[in-house]
Amino acid sequence: MYRKMLEIRFFEEKVFELYAQNLVPGTIHLYAGEEAVAVGVCSNLRKDDYITSTHRGHGHCIAKGADLKKTMAEILGKETGYCKGKGGSMHIADFSIGMLGATAVVGAGIPIAVGAGLSAKLRNTDQVVACFFGEGASNQGTFHEAINLATVWKLPVIFVCENNLYAMGTRQSKVMAIKNIADRAPAYGVPGVVVDGNDVLAVYGAVQEAVVRARKGEGPTLIECKTYRSRGHSRVDAARYRPREEVDEWLAKDPIKRFREKLLEAKTFTEKAIEQIEAETAARIEEAVKFAVDSPSPEPEEALQDVYA
Amino acid sequence: MRKITYRDALREALREEMQHDSSVFLLGEDIGRDWGGAFKVTEGLAQEFGDERVRDTPISESTIIGTGVGAAITGMRPVAEIMFGDLTALAMDQIANQAAKIRYMFGGQAKCPLVIRTPFGAGVNIASHHSQSLEAWFMHVPGLQVVVPSTPYDAKGLLKTAIRGNDPVFFSEHKLLYPIQGDVPEEEYIIPFGKADVKREGKDVTVVATSFMVHKALGAAKELEKEGLEIEVVDPRTLTPLDKHTIIHSVKKTGRLVVVSEDCKTTGVSAEIAATVAEEALDYLDAPIKRVAEPDTPIPFSPSLEQYVIPNEKTIIKAVKETV
Repeated sequence: MYRKMLEIRFFEEKVFELYAQNLVPGTIHLYAGEEAVAVGVCSNLRKDDYITSTHRGHGHCIAKGADLKKTMAEILGKETGYCKGKGGSMHIADFSIGMLGATAVVGAGIPIAVGAGLSAKLRNTDQVVACFFGEGASNQGTFHEAINLATVWKLPVIFVCENNLYAMGTRQSKVMAIKNIADRAPAYGVPGVVVDGNDVLAVYGAVQEAVVRARKGEGPTLIECKTYRSRGHSRVDAARYRPREEVDEWLAKDPIKRFREKLLEAKTFTEKAIEQIEAETAARIEEAVKFAVDSPSPEPEEALQDVYA
Repeated sequence: MRKITYRDALREALREEMQHDSSVFLLGEDIGRDWGGAFKVTEGLAQEFGDERVRDTPISESTIIGTGVGAAITGMRPVAEIMFGDLTALAMDQIANQAAKIRYMFGGQAKCPLVIRTPFGAGVNIASHHSQSLEAWFMHVPGLQVVVPSTPYDAKGLLKTAIRGNDPVFFSEHKLLYPIQGDVPEEEYIIPFGKADVKREGKDVTVVATSFMVHKALGAAKELEKEGLEIEVVDPRTLTPLDKHTIIHSVKKTGRLVVVSEDCKTTGVSAEIAATVAEEALDYLDAPIKRVAEPDTPIPFSPSLEQYVIPNEKTIIKAVKETV
C-alpha cells in the first residue's frame, strides 16, 4: 500500500512538472494528498471488481492497477494512452482491470456504478463496485437517486465520498448544513461511516467491512473519507480561499508521511528498505514519463473513429 | 398475414430478445407486474420473466439511464423505458454525456448496448410536459442512434436490431401509434438501421415523413391521387443513421420534396433532411423544398389549440401543391 501511495504522489508531482513545461494540454486535477483513500479502497478489491472515478481520477486508476505509462501517455494526449488521446486527464479508463472510467460531470458516475452493481447481481457474480465521488457531488440529484436505488435493490456498491472540504472553491459549510456526508446515509436506509481519509489503514478497514457486506449480497455502504487536496482544484487554482493555518494543519496530516512513520515505528520496514521503495518508485515514474513524452500524437483523422461500435 | 398492434409488436420484440439472450432486461417506472407500463407495452413480461428482469424503478429518470449505462458497459443489454419522452430532459446528462460518449471518450474500450424506449408525440390533450417530439435533440448527439418506427412491422424489426446492437439507441414511439394494427409475420425478422422504407411509390412529389406523420402523409397522398398527383412517401425509419441514399434517389425521380415531421420547425428533424437534400441534390430539384412541422411553441392543451399546431393532411396537401 505504501508503494501504491508513493506511485500516486510521485506520478502527480511529475504531472504538475510536465504541466509547468507545457507538455500537458488542457487542465489537470491532482490527487496528491488524497492517496490514502484510493489505495485504502482499491487494496480491498479484486481485479474483476469495478470502480468508477471522477475528474480527479489519476489516483483511482493507479490504485486499481492501471499501467503508469498508458496513464501518463493519456494525460499527455498521446496515441499510446489508455484512450488513444480521446479522453485525457479527466477521462481515463481501463476496462481490463474493472476501471470503468472517469466522468468529468460531477456526480454522473454514481448511477453508472449502481448499474455495474446491478449487472454483477444479475450475472450472479460476487463482484463489487467502488464508486468514488467528492462531497460536492453529494449535492447532485444523482447521488440521492442512485444511493436510494442501490439500497432498495441491495446492490454490491461501496459509495466512497472523498470529502476534501471544497467543491472547487466552495467550502462545504457554505452549501451544506451538515458536517458529515455520511449523515445522509440513514435517510436511505444504508450504513454510513466516517473515517480519517488520510489514514490508509483506517480507510482499508472500513472498506473491508463494506466489501464483505456487498459480496454477501447485503447491499451498499456509504463511507466518507475526510481528506484534503495538497494543491488547488485545478491548474489555474492557487487555492487562496483556503486559510494558511488550515492548509498547514492538513499538510501535517499528510497520509504518506503518516504511513511512513507508522511503518518505521512498527518496524515493518527499515529506513533503508523504505528508501529503496522510494527510489524504485521514482524510477518507474521516470520511465512512464519518458514513454509518454516519446510517444506520438494521434493521427488527426483518428478523431473520426470510435463514435460507434 | 396476421395483424397485430404496434404495442403488441413491441412486446413481441422484447419477449423474443429476452428469450434469446439472458443479458437482456428491462427497467423503468411502472413497467412491472402491477402496471405493465404506462402504455402497456411491457404488460405480462414480469409475470413471464420475473421481477429481476423486469424491474420497476423509483421516479429517478437520471438514475434509470445511468444504471442502464453501468449495466450495459459491464456485459448486460438493458432496455430502459422513460414513461414520457418529455422526461428524457431529466436524464439528459446520462443520455448525452455518458451513454453516447462512453465509447468514444475511452478510445473504443467500452460498448454500451443500451436501448432507451420512450413515447413521444402530441394529439391526446396532455399538454406541454407529455406531448413533445424531441428526436432532433438526440440526432444532435454523436454516439446515439435514433429510431422512429411508424408501423407494427417496423417497430418489431427495429427494436430487435436495437437490442442486439452494441451502441446506445434512442427508440421513439409515437403514443398514437400504440393501438394501430399492421401486418407482422409470425416468423422472426429484423430490420437493419439506416434503411428507409418507401411506404408508397409515386413519380410527382417526394414526401419524407417520420413516425406518426407517415400515416398523415399517406392520407394526404390518397387525397392528392384524386387530383392526379402521385406522391412518393419515404419513411426514413431511423434518423441516425439516416438513409440519405433512398431520400435522394426519390428526389432525383420526382424533383420535388416536402418534409413532414411532428416537431418544432427550427432546427428540427425536417431541417436536417431538407439541408441534406439541398446540399447533395439541389440540381435535381424543380421547386424549393417545403417543410411541414410544428410552429415554435410548446404543445398547448385545449384540443382546438393542439390540433392547430400538429401537422395534418391539409397542411401536407397545401405544402405539396406549393411545389408543383
